[in-house]
Amino acid sequence: MDIHEYQAKELLSKFGVPIPRGGLAYSPEQATYRANEIGGTTWVVKAQIHAGARGKAGGVKICRSDEEIWEAADSMLGKKLVTTQTGPQGKLVSRLYVEEGTNIDKEFYLSLTMDRGKERIAVVASAAGGMDIEEISASDPDSILTVVVDPAVGMQGFQAREIAFGLGIEPELVNKFERTILGCYRAFRDLDATMVEINPLVITKEGAVVALDAKMSFDDNALFRRPQISELRDKSQEDSRETYASDRGLSYVGLEGDIGCIVNGAGLAMATLDMIKVAGGEPANFLDIGGGASPERVQKSFRAVLRDGNVKAVLVNVFAGINRCDWVAKGVVLAIEELEIKIPVVVRLAGTNVEEGRKIISESGLNLLTAESLRDAAEKAVSAAKQTPAAA
Amino acid sequence: MAIFINEHTKILIQGFTGRIGTFHAQEMIDYGTNVVGGVTPGKGGTEHLGRPVFNTVKGAVAETGAEASIVFVPPPFAADAIMEAADAGIKFCTCITDGIPAQDMIRVKRYMRRYKKENRMRLAGPNCAGTISPGRAMLGIMPGHIYAQGRIGVIGRSGTLGYEAAEQLKALGLGISTSVGIGGDPINGASFKDILEEFEKDPETDVVLMIGEIGGPQEAEAAAYARDHMKKPVVAYIAGLSAPKGRRMGHAGAIVTSYGEAAAEKVEILKAAGVTIAPTPSDMGSTVAEVVSKLKSAA
Repeated sequence: MDIHEYQAKELLSKFGVPIPRGGLAYSPEQATYRANEIGGTTWVVKAQIHAGARGKAGGVKICRSDEEIWEAADSMLGKKLVTTQTGPQGKLVSRLYVEEGTNIDKEFYLSLTMDRGKERIAVVASAAGGMDIEEISASDPDSILTVVVDPAVGMQGFQAREIAFGLGIEPELVNKFERTILGCYRAFRDLDATMVEINPLVITKEGAVVALDAKMSFDDNALFRRPQISELRDKSQEDSRETYASDRGLSYVGLEGDIGCIVNGAGLAMATLDMIKVAGGEPANFLDIGGGASPERVQKSFRAVLRDGNVKAVLVNVFAGINRCDWVAKGVVLAIEELEIKIPVVVRLAGTNVEEGRKIISESGLNLLTAESLRDAAEKAVSAAKQTPAAA
Repeated sequence: MAIFINEHTKILIQGFTGRIGTFHAQEMIDYGTNVVGGVTPGKGGTEHLGRPVFNTVKGAVAETGAEASIVFVPPPFAADAIMEAADAGIKFCTCITDGIPAQDMIRVKRYMRRYKKENRMRLAGPNCAGTISPGRAMLGIMPGHIYAQGRIGVIGRSGTLGYEAAEQLKALGLGISTSVGIGGDPINGASFKDILEEFEKDPETDVVLMIGEIGGPQEAEAAAYARDHMKKPVVAYIAGLSAPKGRRMGHAGAIVTSYGEAAAEKVEILKAAGVTIAPTPSDMGSTVAEVVSKLKSAA
């Protein structure tokens, strides 16, 4: 789960990470009010969306007067911001964060991630702040410092100092850097994060260390024990198709094509998308029904898939173990009758009681195509989608 | 032989008396698996499915001599159950549970390093369908009847995609020595490489099929191992060629975050290491069959 910059900063500051003074605004009027509360002569108005690269897309504006703040806020609020990370549809801006201006002297990159190879939390830093880590690893890989944390004892002060000295921080600022890095580590560990990124972490001309931007992501599997993090979810930043499906316990990822997919198991679902591509089509979604393809879950899956207006054919691929094929087939037939589905549906069943399942499908009298194999199913779905006229 | 489990292996069910544990324990017993008992804290001394129930894994091992276990414990308590098995001297453990926090798994992996390598438990999973040595023992939730006994070793992250492979192989008259699910989580027990090592040593396995997916470095690590240390041929399919970067595809670990984690990149790395690639999921069986027939004609 992702959260907004202002939420990440609030969380991190509780762990001793220094952040600029700032406030949240939902309207241009509130934005100017926040600026006056903060005081000073320069402010930054920042669009709050779950994506980076906002600056280049006009989502971060430096302002020097109430009028400028008002105009910046008015130009961002209620609009979709398209950055290199949002995809072409962009993300809706409904919240702004107004911050005091910072006199930047030096910029650094700092992030904490799950290192899957080492199976530990890794702290990554570079003196090339402001660029994203992929740019840094392409242009200046030697500038990247990495420290891996032993989970038995946690991150130690010397590890944070190694990073600070490695970045060439002046000795009198090393302690501030150490506290910041250790604060990020404790936040990562205590809140079950999967990523903390401070880019840039800056030294100001006044000699302060400040997290100028902050991103955090969290482990969905740990949300059961982090209710204060679950509360920060902002559904307006999610693909509405995905919100609908996840609220119903389905694992769904929206894609750009026109063949809806309903599959049991994440691996088989990915493989089904691959097979559709090989057959010359484009999948509209990834969907894993999850444990037990019960008639209710099959019906919920059809509803989720058909919310996408681009879908011209549906491919159901279920490899039944405990959930026998005849039971799954009944679920499919029921769903199609109740939802009055008109577009072609290709059903591929395999596993336990496959013959009984296929019989139910072929004798249903519905517009259902059966397929023997995964390849056969993908080819039938692709040709069915090509023959279906685009929805009006 | 097979690897990890056979008809003699004494097996323990952790989370024995719950609804899911009960259902699958019965399936395993019906398959002919040597289930010697189960563990549910607080229900020790009772009997369930005609097998004794124990309060602790240590107690169960002392009484029954159990060597392997399967974990059906819910996500908040699963890491604890795995560590208990490791501490009790269980040799092979598979964890079916989906939804364990990644930091819990980091702790589990760190904990297991306390034991010397020769005493260290092998963990497969979590978030997998388990392990099966067809015709001998089933330590998992798969439909046992789709697996034929034979000489192909299978390693996979996904349950149902593994079933797909087993069915394709069976249709071509090929059977499986052991199929090991390593699970879809970002931090998991045994890696592809760990299982390849076992299959390389197993006299009853001729060819290994590994079914990978997007995310993580384990397929690349396996590629280097196959190139440098294996005589047996390896076939691979990598799921997720059409997966967009940065999106999680169902499995907690199925997400491309850095170079080398996309399916196409993994395919290139495996190919360069001499691994034979099944180009589509429908070609897993036929690609293995080609490799098997080449082996036969070379012999």
